[in-house]
Amino acid sequence: MPNKSFFWFFIPTGLAMILFIGLPIISTGVQSFYAQHDQILKEVKKCDPFGCKVSVQIDQEATSKIREEKPLGKFNGFGTYVDRNHLATDQLSNFWNESNSAGEFLSKVGNLPFYKALIFTFTYCIIVTPCVLLLGFVIALSLNSISRKIRGALIFGTILPMIVTPLVGSLVLFWMVDAEGIIGANLQLLMNDPYLSVKSSKTLTWITIIIYGIWHHSPFAFVVFYAALQTVPQEPLEASIIDGASRFQRVKHIVLPHIYPVVTFVALISLMDNFRVFEPIIGFSAQGSAQSLSWLIYDNLVNEEVILFGSAAATSIMTIIGIAIILTPVLIRTWREFRTNR
Amino acid sequence: MDYGLDKKSNSLKTFNTMFIVVWLLIACFPFIWTFWGSFKVRADFFSRADWWYAITAFNTLLETGKSFTTEAYSGAWFEGEFWKASRNTIIVTVSVVSVSLFLGTLGAYALSRSTKNYAFWILIIALVFRAMPHITLVSGYLFPFFQLQIWGILPTTIVVLIAINQPFTLWLLYSFFKTVPKELDESALIDGCTYFQTFRHIIMPVMWPGVITAGLFSLMLAYNDFTVTALLLNQENHTMVPKIQSYLGTNQHEGNLMWAVSAVVSATAPLFLLVMFFQKQVISGLTAGAVKG
Repeated sequence: MPNKSFFWFFIPTGLAMILFIGLPIISTGVQSFYAQHDQILKEVKKCDPFGCKVSVQIDQEATSKIREEKPLGKFNGFGTYVDRNHLATDQLSNFWNESNSAGEFLSKVGNLPFYKALIFTFTYCIIVTPCVLLLGFVIALSLNSISRKIRGALIFGTILPMIVTPLVGSLVLFWMVDAEGIIGANLQLLMNDPYLSVKSSKTLTWITIIIYGIWHHSPFAFVVFYAALQTVPQEPLEASIIDGASRFQRVKHIVLPHIYPVVTFVALISLMDNFRVFEPIIGFSAQGSAQSLSWLIYDNLVNEEVILFGSAAATSIMTIIGIAIILTPVLIRTWREFRTNR
Repeated sequence: MDYGLDKKSNSLKTFNTMFIVVWLLIACFPFIWTFWGSFKVRADFFSRADWWYAITAFNTLLETGKSFTTEAYSGAWFEGEFWKASRNTIIVTVSVVSVSLFLGTLGAYALSRSTKNYAFWILIIALVFRAMPHITLVSGYLFPFFQLQIWGILPTTIVVLIAINQPFTLWLLYSFFKTVPKELDESALIDGCTYFQTFRHIIMPVMWPGVITAGLFSLMLAYNDFTVTALLLNQENHTMVPKIQSYLGTNQHEGNLMWAVSAVVSATAPLFLLVMFFQKQVISGLTAGAVKG
């Protein structure tokens, strides 16, 4: 296709992407270097019959004036990145000097908001991704050996958790595991502890969110693996059966090597999805005990007094860097594929 | 994998069936339970005394005289103004799907027919854009939108969702157009058609299977979105998903939690019906790009 026709075909979607994906990323980058203005204080002299007092007050007029003149805030450089709510470099070096043992240092670091979120996000990714792969693969294998007539209906049932929005999915589960719900109440009976509640225990909350993650993402792995299983060649399988290979050996030596590229694809996609975990935290109202990077950004953006644009932007940029690291293998793979296809 | 040679032992068959049954129960029961509970009063579905009340409808019988009540639905739809939220969702979804398909088909067709290097780089950039967490994009939007005073209204959200949707639509339709033989449009070009005429008369009649799949995914994105709609729309213009969240927030009203339950059911039911009818397309869309050959 000549360049000119290409241009006219592509310009509408290209513009949409540049304006609403490319520019916002740049805008986030710029915002991350600014911080909201400090409130301007003024001294007010108040006199009454008992004498005069000087008190410090917030100068509302001047504050709102400077906010209007420079809505982006004051230039802060990398200040936001290293402050207590983000990388907290000062606190880190303090903790390092004060702490006697590595454990003490780590537990102190774990209480800083950014690292707290980072720890949760990593834990979630590291546990959910392999479980999703495994569960998806097992479901695909076992559905694949069921009669074709009812397979369609079973597949529909299987993909339900994936097609609902994460907020709805997590709410539906939360209402069941809550102390007043069916699973929660039965857990209380089972553990013989009438005060047991998912909400009040940090570990239980983490476990619930992780189980939710596996429940929500497995259907995607299942669908991709199931489609890949349809392409496994029959001849080697038949040959291996004649040679006396067991079921497990067949899966290990023939099926798995055949679908290996798909496994890495699913692993990377779900890793990326899991890295931006956010809605379940709202659905499970788990802000207290589990915070993710995306949730930190959301929290800054819905701040009641002043929206913390700079703080949200700094976290965003660091999240984007994280995504970029995970994305690199995908990009390399796509690049190779494209080269070989031509 | 229907190989005649493969004889399964009975124990394996039973185990397999049991596993599938247990998994389906885990996958579907939460929805069935919520659907059932949405016709009860709060004291039953969220029972402090005994979860069995949700089945026997103890309090629902006391309060309403019947074992099923649609109180939660009428509360959410009229008092809670869920009708407004669903109207907004319909507006957003229809506009996002139609516009993003229009832009996406044009762009993806051009990408699939270009042999230049830049086409490849555009696809890579689209892949990177697709991986961006929506919340980071929203943190980029908010400030400029406040300055331009276009925050809170439906058109802004629609445009944003269309743009966010483009990378995925482009990739999906790109891999679809690759399967449409090049000879088709080449013969039309030789006969003297321009590229636009070729697209209009040769490609458009054969592109519908791919477009339906891409449309379904755009629809699910627009319909299911929480991050963008919750942060870019004001209370008045909320779509269904942020509306559900707003029912949760307040503890003042006893009825609100049941509103959320009935709203969840109302919002999920159309989606399930849609997927039931278009299951094949959804699955082919999910596997596009992942499985080749």
